[in-house]
Amino acid sequence: MTATPDLLYTAAEDDLRAAVRALLDTKAADHGATLARAEAGSPHDPALWHTLATGIGAAGLLVPEHLGGHGAGPREAAVVLEELGRSAAPLPYLTGPVTAATALLGCDTAQPAVAGLLRPLAAGSTLCVLAVPLTLGPGAPHPSAVTTVDGRLTGTVSAVADGAAADVLLVPADTGLYAVRTRDAAITPQTPLDLTRPLARITLDRTPGDLLAGPATARAALDRALTTGAGLLASEQLGLAEWCLAETVRHVRGRHQFNRPVGSFQALKHRLAQLWLEIAGARAAARNAADALATCAPDTALAVAVAQASCSTAAVHAAEECVQLHGGIGMTWEHPAHLYLKRAKADALAFGTPGHHRTRIAALADLPGPRA
Amino acid sequence: MSAAPDAAALRRRTEEFLAAHPPARTGRTAFLRARFDAGLAWVHFPEGLGGLGAPRTLQTEVDGVLGAAGAPDNDPRRIGIGLGMAAPTILAYGTEEQKQRFLRPLWTGEEVWCQLFSEPGAGSDLAALATRAVRDEDTGDWIVDGQKVWTSSAHLARWAILVARTDPALPKHQGITYFLCDMTDPGVEVRSLRQITGEAEFNEVFLTGVRIPDRHRLGAVGQGWEVARTTLMNERVSIGGMRLPREGGMIAPLAAVWRDRPALRTHALHQRLLELWVEAEVARLTGERLRQQLAAGRPGPEGSGMKLTFARLNQEISGLEVELLGEEGLLYDDWTMRRPELVDFTGRDAGYRYLRSKGNSIEGGTSEILLNIVAERVLGLPAEPRDDKDLPWKDLAR
Ligand SMILES: Cc1cc2nc3c(=O)[nH]c(=O)nc-3n(C[C@H](O)[C@H](O)[C@H](O)COP(=O)(O)OP(=O)(O)OC[C@H]3O[C@@H](n4cnc5c(N)ncnc54)[C@H](O)[C@@H]3O)c2cc1C
Repeated sequence: MTATPDLLYTAAEDDLRAAVRALLDTKAADHGATLARAEAGSPHDPALWHTLATGIGAAGLLVPEHLGGHGAGPREAAVVLEELGRSAAPLPYLTGPVTAATALLGCDTAQPAVAGLLRPLAAGSTLCVLAVPLTLGPGAPHPSAVTTVDGRLTGTVSAVADGAAADVLLVPADTGLYAVRTRDAAITPQTPLDLTRPLARITLDRTPGDLLAGPATARAALDRALTTGAGLLASEQLGLAEWCLAETVRHVRGRHQFNRPVGSFQALKHRLAQLWLEIAGARAAARNAADALATCAPDTALAVAVAQASCSTAAVHAAEECVQLHGGIGMTWEHPAHLYLKRAKADALAFGTPGHHRTRIAALADLPGPRA
Repeated sequence: MSAAPDAAALRRRTEEFLAAHPPARTGRTAFLRARFDAGLAWVHFPEGLGGLGAPRTLQTEVDGVLGAAGAPDNDPRRIGIGLGMAAPTILAYGTEEQKQRFLRPLWTGEEVWCQLFSEPGAGSDLAALATRAVRDEDTGDWIVDGQKVWTSSAHLARWAILVARTDPALPKHQGITYFLCDMTDPGVEVRSLRQITGEAEFNEVFLTGVRIPDRHRLGAVGQGWEVARTTLMNERVSIGGMRLPREGGMIAPLAAVWRDRPALRTHALHQRLLELWVEAEVARLTGERLRQQLAAGRPGPEGSGMKLTFARLNQEISGLEVELLGEEGLLYDDWTMRRPELVDFTGRDAGYRYLRSKGNSIEGGTSEILLNIVAERVLGLPAEPRDDKDLPWKDLAR
C-alpha cells in the first residue's frame, strides 16, 4: 500500500495559481484575438508566452535549479495547466516545459547537448517539443517513423503539437533520441480541429541531429515524458471543464424563457449537478496523478491512466453541455464555447484516448481481458 | 474546562484508560460505559458527554490505540441511526437533562434508535407529514396518532426520533415539532415490511394514542422542521463518509470474480468492468479528498455529492456482477423472510447486492432530491417555482 496522496493545494500552489490567473484574465481573455491569430496560422501570443514562461517562471517549474530551472515539480505545473485549461490559452506549455523538459531530464543531464537544451527551455527562451503525434500515449509501442543512416535522420511525423513554433525538435528514432533544429527540417502546418493547439507535419530527409540518448535511455525518457504529459494534461482538462460549468451556470441563471430563468428547470439543474459531480471526481483524479508524479509513487502509471480516463471524459462532457445549454449562441463562432469544445475533444485524443488508458489499467490493475 | 488535547495527548490518555480498564478483564458494557465517561467515545463531543471537545479528525488516534489493544467497540453499524442522526441532533437541540439521559446508552448501544420520519403521504416532501401530536392540557403530555413507514430497525429500537404535526393551520414547515419517542409505549405497533431482497430491514409503525411527556420534546414547539434538517444533513454525511482502500467496496467482489473465473470474460463485459473500475477509483479519491479538506478545516461541498455517486456506482457495479455470472446470475442465495440487524453487502451473493443497492438511491433522500440540492446549494441555480410553502398545511393537495 502506498502513502496517502496529498489531494489538496498548498499555499504556494494557490499563490502560483493567483499569479497565472491574473495574467491570463488580462491577457488571454480576448477570445476574438485568439481566433484571429489562429486563422492567420499562428495562435501563440509571444508576449504572453514570455510573461508566463520567463516572467512568472512557469517554464522552469519541472527543471532543477542546477539546470537553470526553479526546482518545483508536477504539482505546481498542474496548477499552471488548470489555469491554461480555464482560459483555453494557446500556449505551448504542455508540449515544451512539461513534456519535452521531462524527456530531456530523462537523458544524461551531465551531457552538454542535453543541459544546453534544458537551460534555455527552463528560461523560456527556447522551445523544444517532442516530435511525436499528439495522440501518442504512455505504454504505446516506441515510435518507428524516423530512422537513422550515417547519423542522419529520415522520416515523417504528423500531428506534432506546437511543432511549427518550436526551435528544437526532440526526435525519437531507431538509434536513440535526437535534437533537430526546426530550421533544418521541413515543417508543414496542418489544419487542427483544436484551433488553440497548432499541429504540424515534420519531414526529415537525411537531416542532421545531435544524439541525446541511446535507444534504451531514449525509450525510458520518452515513456516518462508521455506519462508526465498525460498525467498533467488531466489538470488542463479539469480547468477547462470548470470553466465550461461555471460559464454554463452563469448563462442559465441569467437567460429567461417561459417567464423564468432556464436554470430553474429541473431537467437542466440535474444535468448541471451531474456535471458538477463528475468534475469533483476529475479534480481528485487529476490531483492524485500530479501528486503521484511529484512523489514518484510506485503506482504513478495507474494514477495517470485513471486521471486520463476520467478527466478526458469529464472535459468533453462539460464542453458539450456548455454548447447545448447556451442554445443558438453556443453554436456561433463569436461565443468562445467552441474553442473549449474543440480543445476538449482534441485533448481526449491527446496522449492516448480514454480507451487506451483503460486498456493500460487492465494490465496495471490485473484485470485482463478474455483470452484471444 | 481544560484545553482540547492534541493527537499525542489523546493517544496517551487512551493508553492510560486501557491500563485502568484492561479489555481482557472488563465486561463489554462496562468497558464501553467507562470509555464514554473518559471522554473517549466521540472526542469531538463536549466533556461530560462522551467527548473532550477535540477536533473530530482525532478520533482515529483513539480508535487506533483501542483497536490495537483488541478492545471491544460499540458495533457502530448496528446503531448507525443513533450515532449518525439522533446523537448530533440531541447534542444540538437537547436540554442538559436530555443529553445526560440519552447520549450514553445511545453510544454504548444499550439503547438502539430508529427514525420515525417518512409516512405513506410524506417522503421526499417530508414537511407534508400528517402524524398529529396534540397537547393534553391536563398533563402537558403530547398524544400522538399517525402512521410512519420504511422505518429501519424499528423492531430493534428502544427509542425513536419522531416528527409530528402540532399545528395544521400553519404552513407545512412551521407546524411541526420534534420528539423523542419511547418505542415501548403501548400505543406503538411495529409491523415488518418485507422488501425486494426477501428480508425485512424496515417496518410500518402505527402510532395510536402514544403519550410522550413534554420533557421528551426536542427543540421548541413548531421548531421541528429546523431540528429535522440537522438530522437529515447528518444522515447524508454519514452515508457517504467511510474510507476505502483501492478496490474496496462493491467493486471488490466484481473484480474478484473477474480474476478468478476467466471463462466468464467477454470483450463487452471487459469494457464495462474497466469503466466502472475507473469510476470506483475516482469516487474513492473524491472521498479521500473530501476527508483531507475536512481535516484541513476547509470542508468542501463535495460531501453532498458522495451519496449520489456511491448509489449509482453500487447499482451499476452489482448489476454488472449479476450479468458476468451468467447462469449463476439467474440464481438467488436465499429468499427467506429474515430480520437482519444490519445491511451486509459482502456476506451475500451478487443478486442480493443488486437488489439491496436499489435502496441506496431512495433511502436518506432520493437521488433526484439530492441533485436538486446540489444544483441549488452548490451551483446556486434558482429553485423551481412552487406554491406549497405559504399555504396552511390543511389546505394542501394530498
Ligand atoms: C431501505 C430504505 C430504508 C429507509 N429507512 C427509513 C427510516 O429508517 N426512517 C424513515 O423515516 N424513512 C426511511 N426510508 C424512507 C425514505 O427516506 C423515503 O423512501 C424517501 O425519502 C422517498 O420518499 P418516498 O418513498 O415517499 O418517495 P416519493 O417522495 O413519493 O418519491 C417518488 C419518486 O418521485 C421523485 N420525486 C419526488 N419529489 C421530487 C422532486 N421535487 N423532484 C424530482 N423528483 C422527485 C423521487 O425521487 C422518487 O423517484 C427508507 C427508505 C428505504 C428505501
